[in-house]
Amino acid sequence: MIELDLALQRGEFSLELALASPARALALFGHSGCGKTSTLLAIAGLLRPRRGRISIDGRTLFDSSTGIDLPAAWRGLGVVFQDARLFPHLTVRENLRYGMPRGAAPAKCDGVVQLLGLSGLLKHRPGQLSGGQIRRVAIGRALLRQPHALLLDEPLANLHREARVEVLKYLHELKREFALTTILVSHQPDEVIALADSVARIEDGRLAALEDIRTFQVSTASPDTPQARATG
Amino acid sequence: MNLLTHPETVALALSFKVSLVGVVCSLPVAVGCAWLLARTRFFGKPLFEGLLLLPLILPPVVTGYILLIVFGHHGAIGRLLDAAGLSIAFRWTGAALAAAVMAFPLLVVALRNAFESVDRKLEHAAATLGAGPWRIFFGITLPLSLRGLVAGLALAFARAFGEFGATITFVSSIPGQTRTLPIALYELISTPGGEGGALRLTLVAVVVALVAGLIAALMLLRGGARQSEAEA
Repeated sequence: MIELDLALQRGEFSLELALASPARALALFGHSGCGKTSTLLAIAGLLRPRRGRISIDGRTLFDSSTGIDLPAAWRGLGVVFQDARLFPHLTVRENLRYGMPRGAAPAKCDGVVQLLGLSGLLKHRPGQLSGGQIRRVAIGRALLRQPHALLLDEPLANLHREARVEVLKYLHELKREFALTTILVSHQPDEVIALADSVARIEDGRLAALEDIRTFQVSTASPDTPQARATG
Repeated sequence: MNLLTHPETVALALSFKVSLVGVVCSLPVAVGCAWLLARTRFFGKPLFEGLLLLPLILPPVVTGYILLIVFGHHGAIGRLLDAAGLSIAFRWTGAALAAAVMAFPLLVVALRNAFESVDRKLEHAAATLGAGPWRIFFGITLPLSLRGLVAGLALAFARAFGEFGATITFVSSIPGQTRTLPIALYELISTPGGEGGALRLTLVAVVVALVAGLIAALMLLRGGARQSEAEA
């Protein structure tokens, strides 16, 4: 269960968002600048809401009424940033292991490396990788943290067509294998349809609609909807 | 045939010892101050920064005199050190303290720039992977600041090696204890027949400064080149 009730201010922009979704994979969908990435950063603990409450699967991460505000390091979330943010001075292997809990079985790492097809890249540095490979390492690193939930910020953005297909294939696989609660931020309907079960449409910092994926599919397919026109 | 006379060799060795110990002692404090300047905001920060840079701006004789007032046999801290049997006035440790104080601002400036050039988003990513502030600093920030750190160390070492005014004011000129290379050079210049020795020490000083300058330039140049690649 994903429960968000957020109020936050970033300069002129104000975000007021309240939603509760039982979905395993929820997408925050909207134009760039609508507040979806701010929401994700607030969930990750990198942006402090003015007030509100953030709870995922019963774990309260932030609650201004009771003074709960877990630091990012304690939230137990796997975050895949749009710009990947791999550590450039570390090898792929070191990047992958960075967030692994102490005492985690090495087999866990092997499993994720296999799943994401990273075996041949372990000794490389991020500077030697393609866009699709960088994204896969970032996903692997987030998974190996053994998170309670996964946050994906535009996981397919800025990738060329083949790399999108490549990363999407792996995202599908991990959705099946790990069954993690996932919050996905995207402005691309195809990405949302491929990965989410439920969609929160966000417009100008407000929740415009909370739809299941079928309704979203139908409404974005229609050329008359403003979202379809804007993002199509 | 020896290139340097015995007193010249003693002065050179002492200069290396004093500069090295001075820079090493300065480093942890400089790292802490540079991090505060690069990563935090607090009341009175410009004043704090001004105070840190003071040894760079003040006439070295003034710095030396302040050290004498505070750490000399009659100074507030000097008396305590004397009582503990750790007197530093007119000893090589006093020369090292003068070197540390004079080199300190260069280290702070270099480290601050280096820390500021590290992408904070990488530190945020490390936090979401469960890393605490120390692990982020030693695992991400510091390694990514390594070039700036080495450049700062080279410049600070050269500054400490060339230190004259504060040293002679604070700890005078005692052969083997506080007569560092610049002080020995000054005395050779003021002694009839000392021209040969003065020339030899001048050459040594120029070589040390050139090597330090070259290291700093290479580090800053290659760091800069890498940064522009990343931005491109």
